[in-house]
Amino acid sequence: MSILTWTAIWVVITFSVYIGIAIWSRVADTKGFYVAGQGIPTVANGMAVGADWMSAASFISMAGLVSFMGFDGSVYLMGWTGGYVLLALLLAPYLRKFGKYTVPDFVGTRYYSDTARVVAAVAALFVSFTYVAGQMRGVGVVFSRFLGPFLEPLAAGLGVEVITIGVIIGMSIVALYAVLGGMKGVTWTQVTQYCVLIVAYMIPAVAIAFDLTGNPIPHGAIGEVLPRLDQLQTDLGLNAYSGPFANLDMLNVFCITFVLMTGTAGLPHVIVRFYTVRSVKAARWSAVWALVFIGILYTVAPAVAMFSRLEILQSFSELGAQGMAQQLGWVQNWTQAGLIESSNWGPNTSVQQLLNTIDQDIIVLATPELAGLSNWVVGLVAAGGLAAALSTASGLMIVISSSLAHDVYGEVINPEASEQRRLRVGRIAIFAGVVVAGLAGIYPLGFVAEVVAFAFGLAAASFFPILVLGIFWKKCNRQGAVAGMITGLAFTFIMIILMRAHVVTEGAIPDPIIETFFGVGAQGIGIVGMILNFAVTILVSLNTANPPQDVQDLVEQVRYPRELTDEELREVA
Amino acid sequence: MSDRPDIDRVTYWKTQIRRTSILLIVWFVVAYVMSIFLAETLNSISFGGIPFGFWMAQQGSIFVFVSLVLIYAVTADQLDKDAGVAESDDSTSAPGESH
Repeated sequence: MSILTWTAIWVVITFSVYIGIAIWSRVADTKGFYVAGQGIPTVANGMAVGADWMSAASFISMAGLVSFMGFDGSVYLMGWTGGYVLLALLLAPYLRKFGKYTVPDFVGTRYYSDTARVVAAVAALFVSFTYVAGQMRGVGVVFSRFLGPFLEPLAAGLGVEVITIGVIIGMSIVALYAVLGGMKGVTWTQVTQYCVLIVAYMIPAVAIAFDLTGNPIPHGAIGEVLPRLDQLQTDLGLNAYSGPFANLDMLNVFCITFVLMTGTAGLPHVIVRFYTVRSVKAARWSAVWALVFIGILYTVAPAVAMFSRLEILQSFSELGAQGMAQQLGWVQNWTQAGLIESSNWGPNTSVQQLLNTIDQDIIVLATPELAGLSNWVVGLVAAGGLAAALSTASGLMIVISSSLAHDVYGEVINPEASEQRRLRVGRIAIFAGVVVAGLAGIYPLGFVAEVVAFAFGLAAASFFPILVLGIFWKKCNRQGAVAGMITGLAFTFIMIILMRAHVVTEGAIPDPIIETFFGVGAQGIGIVGMILNFAVTILVSLNTANPPQDVQDLVEQVRYPRELTDEELREVA
Repeated sequence: MSDRPDIDRVTYWKTQIRRTSILLIVWFVVAYVMSIFLAETLNSISFGGIPFGFWMAQQGSIFVFVSLVLIYAVTADQLDKDAGVAESDDSTSAPGESH
């Protein structure tokens, strides 16, 4: 059977399972809707966090980025895993003890201010929307690449592009299980989606490891592959693959890694997962399982990156670019799909020119073909990419819905609203969110992609400091937190705009207004915003009145997993 | 839960802070000192055929992150029990009850 048929089979099977789960896990109250009744087992929650976290970018693009960046690609590998250490040790157990439903809930209560709550809700909405638009676009791209020929007649009949049909199908699936099942439906579909995506990632990795070295375990096979790759790179006149700082200098590798870690710990759609478990103990163990499940993909990704690069460079040194274009099936297939520009490959094409005409997404998408695997594996990889994009999109939808319906409507606009009314508003908010995100996927805005790349810097500079200080420092007060958040966010935002002026204005301003901030580029600038946020929050808090006693009691209470009585609390004080 | 736990709650919190700090120091040394600042130097050591600095940055650091979170979960659970602040298994704190 062809790749097309296999892809269609896998997509139909996996989507049917997602819909089945949606119907099975319908919920009837707001607790079920926002935090899945806090009844999710830790291992399942760990898988859900993994699927929620690993987006279309992690699944499709990350190995390719690492493959093209070599050592310097470590910023993504460490940045997107190391953040979970901060999350597990500094935030998750305490926020779970605090209870409630959302991150703005914590900010609003800890800093005794509806303004702080609304600011946090707006920041959560902003981050989530930019992120989700990227996921919807990813769904559309996978559909058009793998199922294009099936959907073309339909698209032509409706007079729209294939990518639009893909986005609409993806939107409908997410809307169905998120509106019906809320957090419960989303969590159990994410568990399934994790299984789909990890199997789809591992099969080609194991096969290509075995093909290259005779060792099926990717982590072991790299011991043999890397020396060959380093040697081949040197022979071809490139830097050694394992040599650091060829693309980024040490300062920026440090800053970007730090920003990705602290940004991860500050992203609302990740934090909220730790509200769904039944206890503080379960929150700690959820973090362990989440990092195990994420680590499986993140330790295999660099191996896939090396294997594919070795395959490509070996083909080049044996056949030359012209020979590759004429003889290799995968080059021809992916040229047709528009991810390789091989039309100009001639006898004099250099290795650098060759690499520049290959899209990084090839590394994951073409691995099964590089390893000579059958068509059913290629189709499975497409289903895995869809699972990664849909699971992240649905997790973000819950954050969008809870920010609007719970934090803004339920707590500020109409605190008297009944349970049923809150649930209905939550469902309407999800539905509206899906439609807006879908439109953003169909009509992509240039600056959205730009903002996604910097969402981590913004989260690191705004949320992370005030969450950590709010838990660990009783005297941290409203004035400090608001001033700190505004300083960190404004500084980072302005710096990014100044450094990326040429991209943000789409060329109207031809050059960046400033190149770097003392050597730190736009991707790493969040670290400076974060330090400013910490400094301002601490200085202002020290020079203004302490928070009210009940807030200080709350901070004390959050430190202990069991609920303390009032006498016990006073004993400590 | 017994009336007199092994350690009081002030000690509990101090211990918790001390352990968290130690784990975060290890986190920083592994992720930043070994995998970035000293990566070039460590690359001269071969670790099963792979330059050690590179292996730490793309494999070893992630294994250490998982271990740190695991050690934290095990020790924090034990500390809860010793200080008599562990949650009982049947009752859990529901949202909205915490203050």
